[in-house]
Formats: sequence, C-alpha cells, structure tokens
Amino acid sequence: MAFASGYFKTSYAKDLSIVETRSRWICLLLLILGLAVFPFFASPFFLDLATQVFLALIGAVALMLLTGYAGQISLGHAGLIAAGAFTTAILFKELKAPLFVTLPASGLVGGLLGIIFGLPSLRLKGLYLALSTLALHFIVVYLGAEYESTRGYATGVVIDPPSLGPLIIQDPRLWYFVLLIIDILVVIFAINLVRSRTGRAWMAIRDRDVAAEALGIKVSAYKLSAFVLSSVLTSIAGCLFAYFRGFVSVEAFSLLMTIEYIAMIIIGGLGSILGTVFGTIFVVLLPYIIDILVDALNVPARLTTYMFAIKYASFGLVMIIFLVLEPAGLVGIWRRVRDYFMLWPFRYRPLGG
Amino acid sequence: MQIYVNIITLASLYCLICCGYVLIYRASRVLNLAHGEMMTIGGYFLFTVSIGIIADPIPSFLLSFLLSLLLGFVVYFFLMRFMTGESVFAAVLVTVALGILMRGLITLIWTSQLWHPLQHLDMENTSHQIAEGAVISTFGVVTILSTIVLYLGLFLCFKFTRWGLRMRAVGEKPLLAAQRGFGLHKFYALSWGIAVFSGGLAGMIQACDSGLDPSMFVIGLKAFPVVLVGGLDSLVGVIPGAFVVAAAEVLAINYISPQASEVAPFAVLLAMLLIRPWGLFGTKEELERV
Repeated sequence: MAFASGYFKTSYAKDLSIVETRSRWICLLLLILGLAVFPFFASPFFLDLATQVFLALIGAVALMLLTGYAGQISLGHAGLIAAGAFTTAILFKELKAPLFVTLPASGLVGGLLGIIFGLPSLRLKGLYLALSTLALHFIVVYLGAEYESTRGYATGVVIDPPSLGPLIIQDPRLWYFVLLIIDILVVIFAINLVRSRTGRAWMAIRDRDVAAEALGIKVSAYKLSAFVLSSVLTSIAGCLFAYFRGFVSVEAFSLLMTIEYIAMIIIGGLGSILGTVFGTIFVVLLPYIIDILVDALNVPARLTTYMFAIKYASFGLVMIIFLVLEPAGLVGIWRRVRDYFMLWPFRYRPLGG
Repeated sequence: MQIYVNIITLASLYCLICCGYVLIYRASRVLNLAHGEMMTIGGYFLFTVSIGIIADPIPSFLLSFLLSLLLGFVVYFFLMRFMTGESVFAAVLVTVALGILMRGLITLIWTSQLWHPLQHLDMENTSHQIAEGAVISTFGVVTILSTIVLYLGLFLCFKFTRWGLRMRAVGEKPLLAAQRGFGLHKFYALSWGIAVFSGGLAGMIQACDSGLDPSMFVIGLKAFPVVLVGGLDSLVGVIPGAFVVAAAEVLAINYISPQASEVAPFAVLLAMLLIRPWGLFGTKEELERV
C-alpha cells in the first residue's frame, strides 16, 4: 500500500502497470472473486440491481470519456442509446438479425451518429455545443418514434433474448456474467485509453484547447475521435439495453435518461473512471434507497402513492447538493477519506508523492 | 388564415417565455433550463390563489405575479448565488437539477391531475371569429396583448430608467459595474425575478387557455430554440426567433405530422447553430467559438 512516505517505482515495468502494489492486487482479486460468487448468494432482487448497474456503467464510462476526459459536453446521450436500441430493434424485426449482427451494426450506427454529433463541436463549444447535441437527441428520438408508428409498433418493439451460439442469454445469472465481463473489458479499455496518447491529447484539449493546439495536437481530429468513440460505446450499450429489457420504446429514452447519465459522472466526480463506477452505483441505487428511507420514516400513506414524484424530487435535490457542495463528487470524498487514514498523522500528501 | 392566427398566438407565447431565458442569460451567462418548470409553477400559483385566497380575476393574477417574482428572488438567493464563479456548465446543470426537483414537487403538491384555474375565476375562454375562417380564443388575445405590454415595458425600462441602465451595465461588464459600486447580487436577483415573473405569466395564461398539468414544462423546453435563433443575449431577437420557430412548428403540424411538430423547433435550432451560431441578433463576440 502507498503510505505517507510514498510508493517509489523502480523499474519501467512498474511505471507502466495499472495495479501498482501487491496489496492492491489482493484487493482487486478479492473484489473479482466477490463479484463472481455474488449471484449464487444474492436474491433475485439484488441480482437485478447489480445487472442494472453493469448495464448503466457502459454508457456512463462512454460519457465520462467524452465529458470528463475530452471536455466535450453532450446532452444527447439518451439519443445515442436510443440509436443503438432502435438499430437492434429494426434489424431484429425486419431481418431477424442475430446478436453478432446487431451489436456491430449498433456500434456502426453509433459511430456515424458520433461524427454528426461531433461536427458542431468543431465550430462551437460550451453551452452551444450542449444545445446542439440536445437538438440531435430530439431528432434521433423522433426518427425512432416515426419507425414505431409507421410500422405499427405503437407501444414498442418486442425483442427475443439474444443467443451466443447454442446459448440463449435469458437467465438473470447469465446476463449478470455477460454484462460483468463486458464491463470489465470496457473499464480496462477506458483506463488504458486515458493514459495513452489519445487520452492525454483529450485531457490537454479539455484543459486548454489553444495550448493543446500549440503543442501540436490536432484538436479537431481528437475531438471527433472522442465523439465517435464515446458514441460507439454508447450505442453498444443501447443494443445491450434493448436485449436486456426485451422491449424498445421511445418513452424510455427521454431527456431524464440523459440527465441520469450526466448525474452519474457528476456525482461520481468528473475525470475519473473509479468515480464513474461510484456514480453509477449511486444513481442506480438511489430510487431503492429512497424506497427504504420512506419505509423507515413512516411517511403518510397519501404520499406513498406519489413515490415516483418523491424519487424525482430527491434525485434533483441530490444532484444540486453535489453540484453546489461537492463538485469533486464521490471520488473526491473517497480520496479525502483514504488520504486521511493513509497519511495519518500527517495531513497532506508530500509533494510529488 | 387560421394558420397565421395560430402562428401569431404561438409566437407571442414563445416571446413571453423566452424573455426569461434572455434576461437571465444577459445577467449571468447561464441558460436556465428550469424555465419550463418555473412557468408551470406560475400556472399553479394562479390556481392556488384562485381556489384558496381570492377568486376575483385581477387581484388573483396580481398576487400570482408577486409570488412568481418572489420565487425568482428565492431561487437566486438560495441557489444560483452559490454558482457565480463556477463553470457555466455546472450552473446550467444546477438549473436542470432544479427543474427535476420542481417537477417532483409540483406532482407532490398539486398531483398530476388536470386542473382548470379558469373555473375558479368565473371567467370563460370563448372563441372569437376574427376573419374569414379564423378563430382565436380570448386567452389567445390576452397572450398577444400581454406580450406587447411586457416587451414595451421592458424596452422603456431598460432604455430610460436608472435601474434599467444599471441592469444593462451589469450584464455587459460585471467587473466595471461592481467597481462603480453596484451590488451585483441585487441586479442578478432582479433579473431572475423578472424572468420568473414573465415565465410565470406565460404559464398562467397557458393554464387559463388549456388547463394545467405537470407536463406543461415541455413548452418551456420547446421554447429555448427561439432564444438561440434570435441570439441568446438579444431581447429584440426573441421576436423574429419566436416567429420562425412558431411558423416551423405550426407548418409541421399542418403539413407533416403532429409528431414532427415536436421536433421542428430543434431542427430549426440545429440549422441555426450550423449557419449562424450567434443567432439573428446576438453579438458575435458573445459566442464561445473554437
């Protein structure tokens, strides 16, 4: 473990490693072991919660890469998830396409949309960029709604569970493991990406685009790459979302979904993959936590019929609290607490430690 | 003929709503995405006042105006004040979160039922035949008239009164204005107050015209393309912007499909952002460009 004196790297291999010390390896292995045995002990309810977290994590990591690392604000995230889900639904309904066709196709559509979403970023930044992505969200969702109404699936499109060879992914436990493996791959990919040339270029653009350009970074190319990469990941998440729910309908892809994903990365803490994991867990579990709280507080029965509104309001409240009081997010709290114990009796990290 | 009337009524509703977006943007460079919810709350204020306190139309409207104004001050002093100096994106997200919070509270307080404040005010919303084949409702006329009054009032205020001059100064160069001894928070709060008031007014009229339920905030969302078309920092630009967006929406209803009319404002917005991102009347330097 890295104590107050610091952890000193003595070889290039150590400098490149993701997991730095033996104690961290042990923690990581314990975590993976815990996740692997979890479905055999957990009740179906907790299994479902974990699966929801895994599903949301893919999209959240994609948004974190775009907003947290490349600094490009997008309010069109739900539109991209809808694009993936609708690509899957349309291919399934029209061509009976299996998973190994729909998944890459969703990624492809996502990539194309990413170029379209990213094009305004070459001219605009900040608020204006956010609004152009918001407009694109409405247009993508509209196209989905048009498909639903013209093809006569007014209430939504039903999709059969996907199959991997002879294996049909329907059992909750199977879904858990499939999504767990995808999540581990996505997280490893993201961690490696942000410390590579691309990731460092993104961070340079995020921090000061003019300085980045002066350093020889092709700003427009890297911005577009951030949009494309994030959109491909998001659309793949949308494809999995469609299969997992077994049902695709435009109502699911409202602006609220975008806001939930933004909340995940804000509450987690911008610019940290670990923060994304924290934030996703927090946002997915929040409605259930409120359920428990409401049960515990003996709220009058009249109000419990409006649980949905209570959840809505408290979601907004939690988001405001984090934005105003803890901009560094959960990962900021985590780092403070960890440093407090690790550095004791000192208060600050040594310079360069 | 009916199409023209519809465009004009819708455009003036958008004008009423969007004046709030522009006022807040000019003062603090924040796009208030909770404006739709604030407008809805304005409608609910009128409803509550009319059943709870006074059923006479004019006093109840005045009281609800006052409540809307107060809501604006409260939002600024207890929330947005802490966001000065933070990044614009964070401030915008706070308004988004505030919108969600308000939507939840609206459902909790007033339920998601459809209410008609008009019944409690002893008024009726009749239709008037104004020309061959063109009908307009009473509150359609009220929308147009109050838009004219509000814009004239704001124009005169900004142009000729001391407070208006100071507000313009604060919007243009906060630093210099502060050095001249203006209390910035006072003026920001005033902008929020007037913005929520005008949004609330739109909400009240809309509530009288077609009833009141929590889904009214969508109108506010559809209205922000108007400000971008007109130019985010231009009050004058709102008027042509409102006409362009309202025309696109009404024409889409008539010639394409009702579903298409929901996205027509956003299509206009996207086209505008690609061609002339600073809007029809906005200042070019205002834009954060690459």
